[in-house]
Amino acid sequence: MRVRVLYFARLRERFGLAEESVELAGTRVADLVAYLQARGGVWADELSANRPFRVAVNQDIVALDAALPDSAEVAIFPPVTGG
Amino acid sequence: MKILVQAEAFELGAEVDAMRQGRTDIGAIASFVGLARDMNEGSGVTAMTLEHYPGMTEKALATLVEAANARWALLDVTVIHRVGRLLPGDPIVLVAVASSHRGEAFAACEFIMDYLKTQAPFWKKEETPQGERWVDARASDDAAVARWHER
Repeated sequence: MRVRVLYFARLRERFGLAEESVELAGTRVADLVAYLQARGGVWADELSANRPFRVAVNQDIVALDAALPDSAEVAIFPPVTGG
Repeated sequence: MKILVQAEAFELGAEVDAMRQGRTDIGAIASFVGLARDMNEGSGVTAMTLEHYPGMTEKALATLVEAANARWALLDVTVIHRVGRLLPGDPIVLVAVASSHRGEAFAACEFIMDYLKTQAPFWKKEETPQGERWVDARASDDAAVARWHER
């Protein structure tokens, strides 16, 4: 399936990318994260298990074991710092 | 209920007046205004830029206001959060809560701010004499939200 992936704030700058379309074999958020980690470099570094990134699917923050619907809008970003 | 994400400044008095307009059932309005400081983590801050996730931001703010509405008997809520480049002293965020009595208004105002700090997709980047830096999330903000689960 294909999902749209958005990156924000520090992660957008580190990846040098604001948005992309990803063709994925898996059906879970964890599958997408594993796919991105496999790119190595900053991707492996920033998306490793001990880094505090957040994932939203269709604009709701979810856990890594959450399902990934086809054509989902996924966002990956650092913990929020508004207010 | 009024939820706005905007670059422009806001004015607390005008927002509170708008809540009161034409109503006599409100007994209390509690409000909070967050400001950009000139100092953070031991170094001077000359400006900050607030980035957000358009679409999700409004949805996340509406969700946390709904959670406050479900928990307390509230008559009206206003949340305004600014984005873009701000200078020290500039207002960043406003939360105002109207209710019949002060208890609900005080509690809901603090609840909304605590959840906003940890759930709404905003990120601050500071300009300092040493260069730009993204602000890190604070453990104390997570602890502030955890308190509401215990009550």
